[in-house]
Amino acid sequence: MILAKIVGTVVSTKKNDSIDGASYRLVESCTQDGSTLGSYFVALDLLGAGPGELVLVAQGSSARQTGISKDKPIDAVIAGIVDIVEEKNKVVYQK
Amino acid sequence: MVLSKVIGTVVSTHKEAKIEGIKFLLLEKINPKTMKGKNDFLVAMDAVGAGPGEIVFYAAGSSSRMTDVTRGKPSDATIIAIVDSITMNNTVVYSKDRDPA
Repeated sequence: MILAKIVGTVVSTKKNDSIDGASYRLVESCTQDGSTLGSYFVALDLLGAGPGELVLVAQGSSARQTGISKDKPIDAVIAGIVDIVEEKNKVVYQK
Repeated sequence: MVLSKVIGTVVSTHKEAKIEGIKFLLLEKINPKTMKGKNDFLVAMDAVGAGPGEIVFYAAGSSSRMTDVTRGKPSDATIIAIVDSITMNNTVVYSKDRDPA
């Protein structure tokens, strides 16, 4: 899984995921302290994550291992909202 | 999934029998911050009826084979949605109605 920050929302009415009420977030890859890396992608949001939140994203076929995304054409899902990241006994990110 | 712009079509008559009748589109990945192309191109199968100039996003890898169009086909990138709008930091950076192709 990778860490990413929610930077926006992507809306589509013409889509092929057959997931009702799915919402797609625009996310930016991050380091463990929440610094953004300038690389953006779209992820399915299962949790209702909000702008600016640091999240855990599962990518590839692992993104389909949830009840909602099973057998759907989804390659990135937001699997968790991060509260705290600790590195070498030091809190480097806190919500 | 990766945001891209449809910049063209790719036609092939001599191809693997399983992919007869599938539409291939030429995509350029975009940076949503500027909505400009990143000079990074790929060919993707189309599962939504996208056309040139539209902003789309595609699923890559095995997930790209999870649509009715591509199931069991040798696909590694499939367009799964046509984008209506993109909001970034509470600002609408793209709207299909406002920014026509």
